[in-house]
Amino acid sequence: MLAKVYVTLKSGVLDPAGKAIQHSLHSLGFERVTDVRLGKYLEVWLDRGPRAEVEREVDEMCRKLLANGVIEDYRFELQD
Amino acid sequence: MRWGVVTFPGSLDDHDALYAIDHVLGQTAIPLWHKERDLHGVDCVVLPGGFSYGDYLRCGALARFAPVMESVAGFARDGGLVFGICNGFQVLCEAGLLPGVLTRNRNLSFVCEYVHVRVESAATAFTRACGPGEILTLPIKHGEGCYVASEATLREIEEEGQVLLRYADAGGRVTEAANPNGSLHNIAGVMNRQRNVFGLMPHPEHAVEKALGGEDGLKLFRSIAASVAAGHTESVASVAPGP
Repeated sequence: MLAKVYVTLKSGVLDPAGKAIQHSLHSLGFERVTDVRLGKYLEVWLDRGPRAEVEREVDEMCRKLLANGVIEDYRFELQD
Repeated sequence: MRWGVVTFPGSLDDHDALYAIDHVLGQTAIPLWHKERDLHGVDCVVLPGGFSYGDYLRCGALARFAPVMESVAGFARDGGLVFGICNGFQVLCEAGLLPGVLTRNRNLSFVCEYVHVRVESAATAFTRACGPGEILTLPIKHGEGCYVASEATLREIEEEGQVLLRYADAGGRVTEAANPNGSLHNIAGVMNRQRNVFGLMPHPEHAVEKALGGEDGLKLFRSIAASVAAGHTESVASVAPGP
């Protein structure tokens, strides 16, 4: 199974790297861009198991390691 | 007094800390390997600067799962003194032993310079050799030193007097211009509520001899030594709380 995990900065947390990317997009002429937030995308491959159990495990991974709850949110999708 | 200095894969300043303790302070410094669980009966554990585990995922995030950190967490829970410098501070935040988290510097630049920090409370095990409001000159060198915490956490650590060091100018004024990395409330160093775990971004171990550019860092090492000599729990209780 594959867990696609998205880790994003909580709203309100300053994202200087996102701002720098936004400025670069503006200088490339993409004037429509109003904000950029830089996050992380992880692919976690797992041995097959009952879906609910795997979901619980991936959620625990996110809470314990993959995201820092002080500044980051996470969400994930499971694929067979 | 016996000090332990942890070495993670990617630690850089472990030997500087060992040098400061051994050669300058004249005390026993014991290297602690990240795979060890035995803390060898030390009185204070130092988590040094560097880039443990390559800063992969987030700075400090992987080091906290090293075997030695289980022992350090237990040591801290039992009231032992833990002193985290730079990457050590990041590790302590990731391990949940200190509030908040260190993030990318606001200007995205790696900063390497001397800064002034104001001692917010001298009534702690880590600052008792300083005067309240004293300005220390210490070097910083980091890319991820911007201290961030939720509003509720900030309020709590301010109310509890857990902010021990704040970036300031030479006159002690806490200003935006004196903030090298965008840290909220200009926070350069913070301790836990139990007052036995302290982390800071500046490097006291690089400021222990005139030849290194200054000796202000020694004051923090001497504070800890004096606290251990006095039996640190009672020393903390016996001094009046800071302003």
